Amino acid sequence: MSEETKEYAYFLGCITPNRFPGIETSAKKVFKGFGIESKEMEGASCCPAPGVFGSFDMYTWLPIAARNLAIAEEMGLEIYVTCNGCYGSLQEADHLLKEHPKLKEKVNEILAKAGREYKGTTKVNHSIVVLHDVVGLDRLKEKVTKPMKGVNVAIHYGCHFLKPHEVRGHGSSETPYILEDIVKAIGAKPVEYKDRLMCCGAGGGVRTADTQTSLDWTRQKLVNMIEAGADCVIHPCAFCHLQLDRGQYEMNEAFGTSFNFPVLFALQLVALAMGFSEKELGLDQQITKMPEKLLK
Amino acid sequence: MGTLLDEIIEWGGGVFGEEHMETLMQCVQCGKCTGGCPSGRVTALRTRKLFRMAQEDMREEIFNAPELWYCTTCYTCYERCPKGVKCTDIIRVIRNLAAKEGHMSVPHRKIGVYALKTGHGVPIGPDQMKIREALGLDSQPPTTQKYKEQLEQVQTICRETGFDALIDFDWDKMDLKEAEAKK
Repeated sequence: MSEETKEYAYFLGCITPNRFPGIETSAKKVFKGFGIESKEMEGASCCPAPGVFGSFDMYTWLPIAARNLAIAEEMGLEIYVTCNGCYGSLQEADHLLKEHPKLKEKVNEILAKAGREYKGTTKVNHSIVVLHDVVGLDRLKEKVTKPMKGVNVAIHYGCHFLKPHEVRGHGSSETPYILEDIVKAIGAKPVEYKDRLMCCGAGGGVRTADTQTSLDWTRQKLVNMIEAGADCVIHPCAFCHLQLDRGQYEMNEAFGTSFNFPVLFALQLVALAMGFSEKELGLDQQITKMPEKLLK
Repeated sequence: MGTLLDEIIEWGGGVFGEEHMETLMQCVQCGKCTGGCPSGRVTALRTRKLFRMAQEDMREEIFNAPELWYCTTCYTCYERCPKGVKCTDIIRVIRNLAAKEGHMSVPHRKIGVYALKTGHGVPIGPDQMKIREALGLDSQPPTTQKYKEQLEQVQTICRETGFDALIDFDWDKMDLKEAEAKK
Protein backbone atom coordinates (compact mmCIF):
# COMPACT_ATOMS: atom_id res chain seq x y z
CA MET A 1 0.00 0.00 0.00
CA SER A 2 1.17 3.55 -0.70
CA GLU A 3 1.96 6.03 2.07
CA GLU A 4 -0.96 8.26 1.07
CA THR A 5 -3.95 8.53 3.38
CA LYS A 6 -6.52 5.82 3.07
CA GLU A 7 -10.00 6.22 4.45
CA TYR A 8 -12.37 3.63 5.87
CA ALA A 9 -15.93 3.87 7.11
CA TYR A 10 -15.68 2.78 10.76
CA PHE A 11 -18.76 0.73 11.64
CA LEU A 12 -19.04 1.17 15.41
CA GLY A 13 -21.85 -1.24 16.26
CA CYS A 14 -23.17 -1.21 19.85
CA ILE A 15 -20.70 -2.52 22.44
CA THR A 16 -17.69 -0.58 21.21
CA PRO A 17 -19.14 2.96 21.36
CA ASN A 18 -21.76 2.29 24.04
CA ARG A 19 -19.78 0.18 26.54
CA PHE A 20 -16.04 0.25 25.72
CA PRO A 21 -15.28 3.47 23.84
CA GLY A 22 -11.59 2.83 24.60
CA ILE A 23 -11.75 0.23 21.84
CA GLU A 24 -12.94 2.98 19.51
CA THR A 25 -10.07 5.32 20.43
CA SER A 26 -7.51 2.51 20.11
CA ALA A 27 -8.64 1.78 16.54
CA LYS A 28 -8.72 5.43 15.51
CA LYS A 29 -5.33 6.19 17.08
CA VAL A 30 -3.52 3.13 15.76
CA PHE A 31 -4.80 3.65 12.22
CA LYS A 32 -4.08 7.37 12.28
CA GLY A 33 -0.50 6.45 13.11
CA PHE A 34 -0.38 4.67 9.75
CA GLY A 35 -2.11 7.41 7.76
CA ILE A 36 -5.50 5.72 7.80
CA GLU A 37 -8.52 7.91 8.58
CA SER A 38 -11.62 6.46 10.26
CA LYS A 39 -14.82 8.11 8.98
CA GLU A 40 -18.00 8.08 11.07
CA MET A 41 -21.01 6.27 9.59
CA GLU A 42 -23.84 8.66 10.36
CA GLY A 43 -27.10 6.86 11.09
CA ALA A 44 -25.62 3.37 11.46
CA SER A 45 -27.47 1.02 13.83
CA CYS A 46 -26.83 -2.32 15.50
CA CYS A 47 -25.21 -4.62 12.91
CA PRO A 48 -27.64 -6.46 14.01
CA ALA A 49 -26.06 -9.27 16.03
CA PRO A 50 -25.96 -12.36 13.80
CA GLY A 51 -26.55 -15.00 16.46
CA VAL A 52 -29.24 -12.97 18.20
CA PHE A 53 -31.32 -11.14 15.57
CA GLY A 54 -30.34 -13.82 13.05
CA SER A 55 -31.84 -16.36 15.45
CA PHE A 56 -35.06 -14.36 15.87
CA ASP A 57 -35.80 -13.47 12.26
CA MET A 58 -33.39 -13.73 9.34
CA TYR A 59 -35.72 -11.60 7.26
CA THR A 60 -35.35 -8.66 9.69
CA TRP A 61 -31.66 -9.23 10.40
CA LEU A 62 -30.77 -9.03 6.70
CA PRO A 63 -32.37 -5.70 5.67
CA ILE A 64 -31.04 -3.96 8.81
CA ALA A 65 -27.54 -5.21 8.00
CA ALA A 66 -28.03 -4.18 4.36
CA ARG A 67 -29.03 -0.69 5.46
CA ASN A 68 -25.73 -0.37 7.33
CA LEU A 69 -23.86 -1.54 4.25
CA ALA A 70 -25.77 1.02 2.16
CA ILE A 71 -24.53 3.84 4.42
CA ALA A 72 -20.90 2.89 3.70
CA GLU A 73 -21.72 2.56 0.01
CA GLU A 74 -23.08 6.11 -0.01
CA MET A 75 -19.77 7.23 1.53
CA GLY A 76 -17.92 5.38 -1.22
CA LEU A 77 -15.76 3.59 1.34
CA GLU A 78 -14.87 0.13 2.55
CA ILE A 79 -15.87 -0.71 6.12
CA TYR A 80 -13.78 -1.73 9.09
CA VAL A 81 -15.20 -3.13 12.34
CA THR A 82 -13.95 -3.76 15.89
CA CYS A 83 -16.35 -6.54 16.84
CA ASN A 84 -16.68 -10.10 15.57
CA GLY A 85 -20.47 -9.81 15.76
CA CYS A 86 -20.42 -6.80 13.43
CA TYR A 87 -17.93 -8.62 11.20
CA GLY A 88 -20.10 -11.74 11.16
CA SER A 89 -23.28 -9.86 10.43
CA LEU A 90 -22.14 -7.34 7.84
CA GLN A 91 -19.81 -9.64 5.95
CA GLU A 92 -22.34 -12.47 5.89
CA ALA A 93 -25.13 -10.14 4.74
CA ASP A 94 -22.90 -8.71 2.02
CA HIS A 95 -21.92 -12.22 0.95
CA LEU A 96 -25.53 -13.48 0.82
CA LEU A 97 -26.78 -10.44 -1.08
CA LYS A 98 -24.00 -10.74 -3.64
CA GLU A 99 -24.61 -14.48 -4.07
CA HIS A 100 -28.41 -14.33 -4.37
CA PRO A 101 -29.76 -11.65 -6.75
CA LYS A 102 -33.40 -12.43 -5.94
CA LEU A 103 -32.75 -11.97 -2.24
CA LYS A 104 -31.08 -8.65 -3.00
CA GLU A 105 -34.19 -7.54 -4.92
CA LYS A 106 -36.43 -8.50 -2.03
CA VAL A 107 -34.24 -6.73 0.54
CA ASN A 108 -34.09 -3.62 -1.62
CA GLU A 109 -37.89 -3.49 -1.78
CA ILE A 110 -37.88 -3.21 2.01
CA LEU A 111 -34.96 -0.78 2.08
CA ALA A 112 -36.71 1.48 -0.44
CA LYS A 113 -39.39 2.15 2.19
CA ALA A 114 -36.59 3.41 4.46
CA GLY A 115 -35.07 5.47 1.63
CA ARG A 116 -32.00 3.30 1.19
CA GLU A 117 -30.60 0.95 -1.42
CA TYR A 118 -28.01 -1.81 -1.17
CA LYS A 119 -25.86 -1.94 -4.29
CA GLY A 120 -23.03 -4.29 -3.35
CA THR A 121 -20.19 -1.79 -3.74
CA THR A 122 -18.50 -1.87 -0.34
CA LYS A 123 -16.29 -4.43 1.36
CA VAL A 124 -16.40 -5.47 5.00
CA ASN A 125 -13.02 -5.71 6.75
CA HIS A 126 -12.03 -6.51 10.29
CA SER A 127 -9.74 -3.85 11.79
CA ILE A 128 -7.28 -6.56 12.83
CA VAL A 129 -7.07 -7.78 9.24
CA VAL A 130 -6.55 -4.21 8.02
CA LEU A 131 -3.62 -3.92 10.43
CA HIS A 132 -2.19 -7.29 9.41
CA ASP A 133 -2.75 -7.13 5.65
CA VAL A 134 -3.05 -3.47 4.64
CA VAL A 135 -0.68 -1.80 7.11
CA GLY A 136 1.50 -4.88 7.28
CA LEU A 137 3.76 -6.28 9.96
CA ASP A 138 6.89 -4.44 8.79
CA ARG A 139 5.30 -1.01 9.14
CA LEU A 140 3.78 -2.07 12.46
CA LYS A 141 7.21 -3.05 13.81
CA GLU A 142 8.61 0.35 12.80
CA LYS A 143 6.04 2.13 14.99
CA VAL A 144 6.63 0.06 18.11
CA THR A 145 8.29 2.33 20.67
CA LYS A 146 7.59 0.18 23.74
CA PRO A 147 8.14 -3.44 22.75
CA MET A 148 6.20 -5.89 24.90
CA LYS A 149 9.27 -7.89 25.89
CA GLY A 150 8.57 -10.69 28.33
CA VAL A 151 4.80 -10.35 28.07
CA ASN A 152 2.95 -13.63 27.63
CA VAL A 153 -0.28 -13.17 25.73
CA ALA A 154 -3.25 -15.53 25.62
CA ILE A 155 -4.97 -15.07 22.27
CA HIS A 156 -8.73 -15.47 22.16
CA TYR A 157 -10.10 -15.36 18.62
CA GLY A 158 -13.79 -15.48 19.39
CA CYS A 159 -15.98 -17.08 16.75
CA HIS A 160 -16.98 -14.93 13.82
CA PHE A 161 -13.48 -13.62 13.11
CA LEU A 162 -12.54 -16.99 11.60
CA LYS A 163 -15.79 -18.87 11.00
CA PRO A 164 -17.33 -19.80 8.68
CA HIS A 165 -13.95 -19.84 6.97
CA GLU A 166 -15.40 -19.88 3.45
CA VAL A 167 -16.95 -16.45 4.08
CA ARG A 168 -14.22 -14.94 6.28
CA GLY A 169 -11.35 -16.01 4.06
CA HIS A 170 -8.59 -16.18 6.69
CA GLY A 171 -7.59 -19.79 6.08
CA SER A 172 -8.41 -22.73 8.33
CA SER A 173 -10.29 -21.80 11.49
CA GLU A 174 -8.35 -24.53 13.32
CA THR A 175 -4.91 -22.96 12.67
CA PRO A 176 -5.27 -19.18 12.84
CA TYR A 177 -2.18 -16.99 12.61
CA ILE A 178 -3.20 -13.31 12.30
CA LEU A 179 -3.20 -12.37 15.99
CA GLU A 180 -0.10 -14.51 16.62
CA ASP A 181 1.73 -12.49 13.95
CA ILE A 182 0.63 -9.22 15.53
CA VAL A 183 1.59 -10.31 19.06
CA LYS A 184 5.07 -11.27 17.83
CA ALA A 185 5.43 -8.02 15.85
CA ILE A 186 5.01 -5.96 19.02
CA GLY A 187 7.59 -8.05 20.88
CA ALA A 188 5.27 -10.19 23.01
CA LYS A 189 4.88 -13.95 23.10
CA PRO A 190 1.68 -15.89 22.31
CA VAL A 191 1.07 -18.67 24.84
CA GLU A 192 -0.61 -21.95 24.05
CA TYR A 193 -3.44 -22.89 26.41
CA LYS A 194 -6.16 -25.48 26.70
CA ASP A 195 -9.21 -24.87 24.48
CA ARG A 196 -7.61 -21.80 22.92
CA LEU A 197 -10.14 -21.70 20.09
CA MET A 198 -13.20 -22.09 22.29
CA CYS A 199 -15.97 -19.49 22.15
CA CYS A 200 -16.26 -16.99 25.06
CA GLY A 201 -19.76 -18.25 25.87
CA ALA A 202 -21.71 -15.04 25.30
CA GLY A 203 -22.98 -15.31 21.72
CA GLY A 204 -26.20 -16.47 20.14
CA GLY A 205 -28.31 -14.90 22.88
CA VAL A 206 -26.91 -17.26 25.56
CA ARG A 207 -25.54 -14.44 27.74
CA THR A 208 -28.89 -12.65 27.52
CA ALA A 209 -31.05 -15.66 28.32
CA ASP A 210 -28.82 -17.39 30.89
CA THR A 211 -25.96 -15.21 32.14
CA GLN A 212 -24.92 -17.68 34.82
CA THR A 213 -24.33 -20.52 32.36
CA SER A 214 -22.44 -18.29 29.96
CA LEU A 215 -20.22 -17.03 32.82
CA ASP A 216 -19.47 -20.56 33.97
CA TRP A 217 -18.22 -21.27 30.47
CA THR A 218 -16.09 -18.10 30.35
CA ARG A 219 -14.63 -18.86 33.77
CA GLN A 220 -13.21 -22.14 32.48
CA LYS A 221 -11.56 -20.40 29.59
CA LEU A 222 -10.00 -17.76 31.88
CA VAL A 223 -8.68 -20.45 34.23
CA ASN A 224 -7.01 -22.15 31.27
CA MET A 225 -5.28 -18.91 30.26
CA ILE A 226 -4.09 -18.18 33.77
CA GLU A 227 -2.80 -21.73 34.29
CA ALA A 228 -0.77 -21.44 31.08
CA GLY A 229 1.08 -18.44 32.55
CA ALA A 230 -0.48 -15.68 30.44
CA ASP A 231 -0.15 -12.07 31.62
CA CYS A 232 -3.23 -10.92 29.71
CA VAL A 233 -5.72 -11.94 27.03
CA ILE A 234 -6.21 -10.14 23.75
CA HIS A 235 -9.12 -10.62 21.36
CA PRO A 236 -10.63 -9.02 18.24
CA CYS A 237 -14.21 -8.61 19.50
CA ALA A 238 -16.05 -5.97 21.54
CA PHE A 239 -18.67 -8.53 22.59
CA CYS A 240 -15.98 -10.94 23.85
CA HIS A 241 -14.51 -7.92 25.68
CA LEU A 242 -17.80 -7.43 27.50
CA GLN A 243 -17.94 -11.09 28.46
CA LEU A 244 -14.26 -11.44 29.40
CA ASP A 245 -13.89 -8.12 31.24
CA ARG A 246 -17.27 -7.24 32.77
CA GLY A 247 -17.88 -10.97 33.05
CA GLN A 248 -15.07 -11.20 35.64
CA TYR A 249 -16.93 -8.77 37.91
CA GLU A 250 -20.13 -10.74 37.36
CA MET A 251 -18.51 -14.12 38.05
CA ASN A 252 -16.77 -12.79 41.16
CA GLU A 253 -20.23 -11.74 42.38
CA ALA A 254 -21.94 -14.96 41.32
CA PHE A 255 -19.30 -17.55 42.21
CA GLY A 256 -17.29 -15.82 44.95
CA THR A 257 -14.12 -15.91 42.83
CA SER A 258 -11.54 -13.11 42.70
CA PHE A 259 -10.60 -12.82 39.04
CA ASN A 260 -8.67 -9.78 37.85
CA PHE A 261 -7.11 -11.04 34.64
CA PRO A 262 -6.30 -8.21 32.20
CA VAL A 263 -8.44 -8.10 29.04
CA LEU A 264 -7.50 -6.02 26.01
CA PHE A 265 -8.93 -5.60 22.55
CA ALA A 266 -5.94 -6.47 20.33
CA LEU A 267 -5.53 -2.88 19.09
CA GLN A 268 -5.35 -1.65 22.69
CA LEU A 269 -2.24 -3.77 23.25
CA VAL A 270 -0.84 -2.63 19.91
CA ALA A 271 -1.52 1.00 20.90
CA LEU A 272 0.29 0.54 24.23
CA ALA A 273 3.29 -0.79 22.28
CA MET A 274 3.07 2.27 20.02
CA GLY A 275 3.39 4.51 23.08
CA PHE A 276 -0.22 5.50 23.75
CA SER A 277 -1.26 5.69 27.40
CA GLU A 278 -3.61 3.46 29.35
CA LYS A 279 -5.89 6.45 29.87
CA GLU A 280 -6.15 7.37 26.18
CA LEU A 281 -7.24 3.80 25.48
CA GLY A 282 -9.87 3.68 28.21
CA LEU A 283 -8.07 0.80 29.92
CA ASP A 284 -8.38 2.54 33.29
CA GLN A 285 -12.19 2.58 32.89
CA GLN A 286 -12.84 -1.14 32.65
CA ILE A 287 -13.22 -3.85 35.27
CA THR A 288 -9.88 -5.61 34.88
CA LYS A 289 -6.78 -3.57 35.72
CA MET A 290 -3.64 -3.47 33.64
CA PRO A 291 -0.40 -4.75 35.22
CA GLU A 292 2.76 -2.59 35.28
CA LYS A 293 4.37 -5.03 32.89
CA LEU A 294 2.10 -3.78 30.08
CA LEU A 295 2.39 -0.09 30.92
CA LYS A 296 6.08 0.58 31.51
CA MET B 1 -48.59 -28.13 6.22
CA GLY B 2 -45.43 -29.92 5.15
CA THR B 3 -42.87 -31.46 7.44
CA LEU B 4 -40.50 -29.48 9.63
CA LEU B 5 -37.76 -30.33 7.15
CA ASP B 6 -39.82 -28.71 4.36
CA GLU B 7 -40.29 -25.60 6.48
CA ILE B 8 -36.57 -25.40 7.30
CA ILE B 9 -35.70 -25.67 3.62
CA GLU B 10 -38.30 -23.11 2.59
CA TRP B 11 -37.62 -20.50 5.30
CA GLY B 12 -33.84 -20.89 5.38
CA GLY B 13 -33.64 -21.45 1.64
CA GLY B 14 -35.00 -17.97 1.06
CA VAL B 15 -31.87 -16.54 2.64
CA PHE B 16 -29.12 -19.15 2.22
CA GLY B 17 -30.41 -21.05 -0.80
CA GLU B 18 -32.23 -24.37 -0.60
CA GLU B 19 -29.11 -26.49 -1.14
CA HIS B 20 -27.57 -25.00 1.98
CA MET B 21 -30.56 -26.09 4.06
CA GLU B 22 -30.91 -29.48 2.37
CA THR B 23 -27.55 -30.47 3.87
CA LEU B 24 -29.59 -31.33 6.99
CA MET B 25 -30.65 -34.51 5.15
CA GLN B 26 -26.99 -35.52 4.90
CA CYS B 27 -26.58 -35.84 8.67
CA VAL B 28 -25.60 -39.44 9.51
CA GLN B 29 -25.52 -38.96 13.29
CA CYS B 30 -21.74 -39.27 13.61
CA GLY B 31 -21.78 -36.84 16.54
CA LYS B 32 -18.72 -34.79 15.59
CA CYS B 33 -20.83 -31.64 16.07
CA THR B 34 -21.66 -32.61 19.63
CA GLY B 35 -18.13 -33.81 20.40
CA GLY B 36 -16.67 -30.40 19.65
CA CYS B 37 -19.56 -28.30 20.92
CA PRO B 38 -18.40 -25.94 23.71
CA SER B 39 -21.98 -25.42 24.84
CA GLY B 40 -22.59 -29.14 25.08
CA ARG B 41 -19.96 -29.33 27.86
CA VAL B 42 -22.02 -27.14 30.15
CA THR B 43 -25.58 -27.39 28.80
CA ALA B 44 -28.01 -29.99 27.50
CA LEU B 45 -27.45 -28.94 23.87
CA ARG B 46 -26.88 -31.97 21.66
CA THR B 47 -26.75 -30.78 18.08
CA ARG B 48 -26.71 -34.34 16.76
CA LYS B 49 -29.95 -35.06 18.59
CA LEU B 50 -31.61 -31.84 17.43
CA PHE B 51 -30.87 -32.72 13.83
CA ARG B 52 -32.26 -36.24 14.23
CA MET B 53 -35.39 -34.73 15.76
CA ALA B 54 -35.65 -32.38 12.78
CA GLN B 55 -35.27 -35.26 10.32
CA GLU B 56 -37.96 -37.16 12.22
CA ASP B 57 -40.34 -34.18 12.08
CA MET B 58 -40.46 -33.81 15.87
CA ARG B 59 -41.63 -30.25 15.50
CA GLU B 60 -43.16 -29.50 18.89
CA GLU B 61 -40.39 -31.30 20.77
CA ILE B 62 -37.72 -29.18 19.09
CA PHE B 63 -39.62 -25.91 19.47
CA ASN B 64 -40.13 -26.59 23.17
CA ALA B 65 -36.56 -27.75 23.84
CA PRO B 66 -34.78 -25.13 25.98
CA GLU B 67 -31.40 -26.35 24.67
CA LEU B 68 -32.28 -25.00 21.20
CA TRP B 69 -31.33 -21.58 22.61
CA TYR B 70 -28.00 -22.69 24.13
CA CYS B 71 -26.05 -22.57 20.87
CA THR B 72 -23.74 -19.51 20.84
CA THR B 73 -23.44 -19.77 17.03
CA CYS B 74 -19.69 -20.39 17.34
CA TYR B 75 -19.64 -22.41 14.07
CA THR B 76 -17.29 -25.12 15.39
CA CYS B 77 -19.72 -27.86 14.31
CA TYR B 78 -20.32 -26.12 10.98
CA GLU B 79 -16.58 -26.11 10.28
CA ARG B 80 -15.99 -29.71 11.31
CA CYS B 81 -19.02 -31.57 9.95
CA PRO B 82 -17.65 -34.31 7.66
CA LYS B 83 -20.91 -34.33 5.67
CA GLY B 84 -20.97 -30.58 5.10
CA VAL B 85 -24.14 -29.99 7.10
CA LYS B 86 -24.52 -26.24 7.56
CA CYS B 87 -25.21 -26.76 11.26
CA THR B 88 -25.17 -23.25 12.69
CA ASP B 89 -27.34 -21.78 9.95
CA ILE B 90 -29.81 -24.66 10.34
CA ILE B 91 -30.00 -24.03 14.10
CA ARG B 92 -30.67 -20.33 13.49
CA VAL B 93 -33.41 -21.20 11.00
CA ILE B 94 -35.06 -23.64 13.44
CA ARG B 95 -34.96 -20.84 16.04
CA ASN B 96 -36.67 -18.50 13.55
CA LEU B 97 -39.45 -21.05 13.07
CA ALA B 98 -39.80 -21.55 16.83
CA ALA B 99 -39.91 -17.78 17.43
CA LYS B 100 -42.66 -17.41 14.80
CA GLU B 101 -44.79 -19.70 16.95
CA GLY B 102 -44.15 -17.69 20.08
CA HIS B 103 -41.23 -19.67 21.49
CA MET B 104 -39.05 -16.70 22.40
CA SER B 105 -37.87 -15.78 25.90
CA VAL B 106 -38.66 -12.43 27.48
CA PRO B 107 -34.96 -11.41 27.75
CA HIS B 108 -34.65 -12.08 24.02
CA ARG B 109 -37.79 -10.08 23.26
CA LYS B 110 -36.32 -7.24 25.32
CA ILE B 111 -33.24 -7.04 23.10
CA GLY B 112 -35.74 -6.56 20.30
CA VAL B 113 -37.34 -3.74 22.30
CA TYR B 114 -33.96 -1.98 22.60
CA ALA B 115 -33.48 -2.33 18.86
CA LEU B 116 -36.91 -0.83 18.13
CA LYS B 117 -36.40 2.01 20.62
CA THR B 118 -32.79 2.93 19.83
CA GLY B 119 -31.62 0.94 16.83
CA HIS B 120 -29.13 -0.79 19.13
CA GLY B 121 -29.26 -4.15 20.89
CA VAL B 122 -27.04 -2.48 23.52
CA PRO B 123 -27.89 1.23 23.81
CA ILE B 124 -25.78 3.90 25.54
CA GLY B 125 -26.48 5.35 28.99
CA PRO B 126 -25.31 8.48 30.87
CA ASP B 127 -22.28 6.80 32.52
CA GLN B 128 -20.87 5.64 29.22
CA MET B 129 -21.42 9.11 27.72
CA LYS B 130 -19.11 10.53 30.43
CA ILE B 131 -16.43 7.94 29.62
CA ARG B 132 -16.68 8.89 25.95
CA GLU B 133 -16.23 12.56 26.78
CA ALA B 134 -13.19 11.81 28.95
CA LEU B 135 -11.67 10.01 25.97
CA GLY B 136 -12.21 13.03 23.74
CA LEU B 137 -15.07 11.43 21.82
CA ASP B 138 -18.53 12.94 21.23
CA SER B 139 -20.74 12.01 24.17
CA GLN B 140 -23.03 10.11 21.81
CA PRO B 141 -21.85 8.26 18.70
CA PRO B 142 -23.51 9.40 15.44
CA THR B 143 -25.83 6.41 15.26
CA THR B 144 -29.57 5.73 15.26
CA GLN B 145 -29.84 6.44 18.98
CA LYS B 146 -28.75 10.04 18.31
CA TYR B 147 -30.73 10.77 15.14
CA LYS B 148 -34.49 10.24 15.23
CA GLU B 149 -34.90 10.22 11.45
CA GLN B 150 -32.26 7.52 11.15
CA LEU B 151 -33.91 5.43 13.86
CA GLU B 152 -37.20 5.73 11.99
CA GLN B 153 -35.62 3.95 9.03
CA VAL B 154 -34.83 0.94 11.23
CA GLN B 155 -38.34 1.08 12.71
CA THR B 156 -39.81 1.16 9.19
CA ILE B 157 -37.85 -1.96 8.28
CA CYS B 158 -39.09 -3.73 11.43
CA ARG B 159 -42.72 -2.82 10.68
CA GLU B 160 -42.30 -4.05 7.11
CA THR B 161 -40.91 -7.42 8.18
CA GLY B 162 -43.30 -7.86 11.11
CA PHE B 163 -40.52 -7.92 13.70
CA ASP B 164 -42.64 -5.73 15.98
CA ALA B 165 -45.43 -8.33 15.99
CA LEU B 166 -42.92 -11.17 16.37
CA ILE B 167 -41.72 -9.87 19.74
CA ASP B 168 -45.19 -8.54 20.76
CA PHE B 169 -44.10 -4.91 20.69
CA ASP B 170 -46.53 -2.19 21.72
CA TRP B 171 -45.80 1.02 19.77
CA ASP B 172 -47.78 3.18 22.20
CA LYS B 173 -45.83 1.98 25.22
CA MET B 174 -42.61 1.48 23.22
CA ASP B 175 -42.24 -1.72 25.20
CA LEU B 176 -43.51 -5.29 25.21
CA LYS B 177 -47.26 -5.76 25.41
CA GLU B 178 -48.34 -6.17 29.01
CA ALA B 179 -48.99 -9.90 28.88
CA GLU B 180 -45.50 -10.60 27.54
CA ALA B 181 -43.68 -8.29 29.93
CA LYS B 182 -45.22 -10.07 32.91
CA LYS B 183 -44.06 -13.53 31.90
